[in-house]
Amino acid sequence: MKLFYHIGRYFILVWIILQKPERASIYRRQIVLEMDNLGLQSLGIVAIISVFMGAVVTIQTAFNTDHPLLPIYAIGFATRQAIILEFSPTVISLILAGKVGSRIASEIGTMRVTEQIDALEIMGVNAAGYLILPKIIASMIINPALVVISMFLGIFGGWVASAITGVVPLSNYVYGILFEFSQYDIYYALIKTVVFAFIIASVSGYFGFYAKGGALQVGHASTKAVVFSSIYVILFNLVLTQILLV
Amino acid sequence: MIRVNHLWKEFNRQPVLKDISLAFEKGKTNLVIGQSGSGKTVLMKCLVGLVEADRGNIYYDDRDFSAMGFKERRAIRKELGMLFQGAALFDSLTVEENILFPLNMFTTMTKGEKQKRVSFCLDRVDLHNVHHLLPAELSGGMKKRVAIARAIAIKPKYLFCDEPNSGLDPPTAILIDKLISEITAEFNITTVVNTHDLNSVMEIGDCVAFIYKGELWWTGTRHEILHSSNKELNHFVYATELMRTLNPGK
Repeated sequence: MKLFYHIGRYFILVWIILQKPERASIYRRQIVLEMDNLGLQSLGIVAIISVFMGAVVTIQTAFNTDHPLLPIYAIGFATRQAIILEFSPTVISLILAGKVGSRIASEIGTMRVTEQIDALEIMGVNAAGYLILPKIIASMIINPALVVISMFLGIFGGWVASAITGVVPLSNYVYGILFEFSQYDIYYALIKTVVFAFIIASVSGYFGFYAKGGALQVGHASTKAVVFSSIYVILFNLVLTQILLV
Repeated sequence: MIRVNHLWKEFNRQPVLKDISLAFEKGKTNLVIGQSGSGKTVLMKCLVGLVEADRGNIYYDDRDFSAMGFKERRAIRKELGMLFQGAALFDSLTVEENILFPLNMFTTMTKGEKQKRVSFCLDRVDLHNVHHLLPAELSGGMKKRVAIARAIAIKPKYLFCDEPNSGLDPPTAILIDKLISEITAEFNITTVVNTHDLNSVMEIGDCVAFIYKGELWWTGTRHEILHSSNKELNHFVYATELMRTLNPGK
């Protein structure tokens, strides 16, 4: 029963968030700020993980597909497909669920327990809209950009690994990367990323907005935000893969 | 003026407010006093709509707040200012941005007019050269003063203060009390203050309501409070040795 209670309350919150803003210019400014806070400040971790994961995927693929019937460029092809279809949109979203989700929940949760949200509501501001909507929109804009960068860096990581270890000749790797490239794969990845961005920002916002008590409860809210947004990302990954690829 | 008619509120079947009826007068500092847990904060939260009362009505100058929908309430809330116990300043914004916030959100003032208003509000609470400081860089008393400045920025008709001087040293507490009282008279607003500080009562209590275990037990002025025959009120007022020394008969 508690699950239905939370689902119902989540959708009511989303409805409140989507109400017309009091002052659009203030929301626009908030969106730009949040793009920096939630997106650009995650660029470092996204870049590091992407390069190393790309390198590892290439080496793993090379060692596990060592068969005379498989062309050597298949390593580049498999690396590209793994990175574009799954690694960049899903794994990076899971990492952002941890980094950005905990930040959103703890920021809004702290505002709740220190009565800052009450102060907003007393002023007549739609507190949920003002605090959560810019984060959702900012995430939906900046996360796809992060994912595109991650794709590029992941493939680049594979190229670096090939160059250093020699598991695949560079010309074969590059040929595999370009082999039967389909633009739809990029659209598919970006659609998933936008949906995941909405889930991460709204679910984390939900847990922060309804936090109660003190510092301990804000910590719990933050943990729940990460856990539940990660679960929903994985769940929706399955659903979207089924819808978009089948 | 704010009127409360037969207000009831319970949490988990435990009554917190029982049939409260009282009026808060315009241009006066109306104090709600009582022990911790007596229901003062719940009453104030019901008044501003942060907590929904189970029964009863709240009228803002004959406008029935209890019967209003979300949008109508938002309109009334633009006439409210509130000073929270912990000041509730937005900690990511500077002092100036905190005071500018309601002006940016709800007014069509020009940038210059807003700056003037911010300076006026900060001058009024006797704060200078703090525009660019963050709340974390302010003392407790300064935070309360900034919160008052933010509350009066949009010229509210009603001002609510929840334990405005809790955690402050006596001189600063009296300073805040006097500021609230002066602002109330100067702008002719209806002010409601929750407190359990007798210094505040004696300093600024134009009208005082005593709540005991969720019930309204006594109303009067700060002068009448020392001579009340109400047993529970006397127990509250004369809890300290100092007060008993002042009035040995109690």
